[in-house]
Amino acid sequence: MTDPIRTALQQFGRLAVPVETLGDADDLYQAGLSSHASVNLMLALEEAFNVEFPDRLLKRATFQTIANLRAAVGELTSAAA
Amino acid sequence: MTSVLEPSTSRARRADLPSVQAALRIAREIAGPAAKSVDEEARFPRESIDACREAGLLSALVPVELGGMGLSLGDVAAMCEALGQACANSAMVFAMHQIQVACLVRHGRETPAIVEYMRRLVREQRLMASATTEVGVGGDVRTSLCAVERTGDRFRLVKQAPVISYALESDDIMVTARRAPDASNSDQVIVLVDRANARLTPISTWDTLGFRGTCSLGFTLEAEGDAAAVIPQPYAEVSSRTMLPTAHTLWTSLWLGLATDAVGRARAYIRAEARKKPGTVPPGAARLAELVSVLATFRSTVHDGVRRYEEAMHDDEVLSGMAFALRMNSLKISGSTLVVDIVHRALMICGINGYRNDSPYTLARHYRDALGAALMVNNDRILGNSSSILLVQKDDASDVGA
Repeated sequence: MTDPIRTALQQFGRLAVPVETLGDADDLYQAGLSSHASVNLMLALEEAFNVEFPDRLLKRATFQTIANLRAAVGELTSAAA
Repeated sequence: MTSVLEPSTSRARRADLPSVQAALRIAREIAGPAAKSVDEEARFPRESIDACREAGLLSALVPVELGGMGLSLGDVAAMCEALGQACANSAMVFAMHQIQVACLVRHGRETPAIVEYMRRLVREQRLMASATTEVGVGGDVRTSLCAVERTGDRFRLVKQAPVISYALESDDIMVTARRAPDASNSDQVIVLVDRANARLTPISTWDTLGFRGTCSLGFTLEAEGDAAAVIPQPYAEVSSRTMLPTAHTLWTSLWLGLATDAVGRARAYIRAEARKKPGTVPPGAARLAELVSVLATFRSTVHDGVRRYEEAMHDDEVLSGMAFALRMNSLKISGSTLVVDIVHRALMICGINGYRNDSPYTLARHYRDALGAALMVNNDRILGNSSSILLVQKDDASDVGA
């Protein structure tokens, strides 16, 4: 089963390394995630999960790791359900 | 942690602070009289910066327990505004130095080598420059090509810097680079380089329309030193939490000073016209009334920006958020646009006497300097950043009131 978060990262993260090589806790900024790419990544996640990231989640830490992204998306999708 | 760059004084009392008074005196007695020759000869405003050294102002932001003045960002912003009224070059050099000091104060407190450096900065009143742009990255300071190469406890780096303002007059340079040779372009750190351990080979000159006294030549910088001089936090965090908001608040403060002096000249001109024909209001007086209200808007914008940053200073949640980045971007855009608008309006009021280089009402230098504001970090780049934030950021309609 494909992981939509990793798919979005692969497509829009413009990382310096393949997403498969990253663990959920690895630092995405060290992997080359720029602030510009993080905006595109967020747009893709909003579209994929049909959610909107509120301002309180629009911060660097949210995009630091795949685990943080998963937590943020999980919170938003459970709130929407 | 004790007060670091925190608001310590209310706006009403800020101008009475001895250090702000010192900046006003330096502006009036030293920077102002030298401003014309600094501009004409495109030379470093040495007398102004030396006077700031003598007054201890170069360590204004360093905490008291390290020997500094422990002043707030707002206090230093007031000094930039004061110097900006007399000589934008002096004010810009002063501001750029303080931006680097702020980075050390806020991100170097846990690093013994940086703490030791701050004590030395206080004792020797060392002047700090910065090398954040690089040849080949197209002006994007959040991308580096060069890298920190570590061998044991030493580092080495070589950077092609298209501009390093007043590099040859500085004592130390803050340099951005990739964390390591195998790090990605955006995985950057900032390194404190002692100029005594750096070789600077000029690669370009600095003969510009305005801000001629910042002497922003380009260099190949070859540096080495103790690896303890690498700020441990990622540059991305140093940038968003300190370097960028400090730069935007201090730059707009000095542009405000420049604009205030331009308006002062227009006011003096109208008063002189009025004295020639008592009983008749000079034709430019209504334009002056308009101009004074634009200046008031500018003042409020700058002082609000400084206050907002001071309030958010210790709140990482706020500082790392997009709303704060957008606010600081907007401050720079507004300030750099308003300063040109204001100087232009003042010029229209002073007329040919403002246009002349040899009149007491001359606005030529003000105009040329003001035009640089939108270009030093190009507004288009900042607008691009803001527009990508606006693709995802939601408007908070509940944020009403002062």
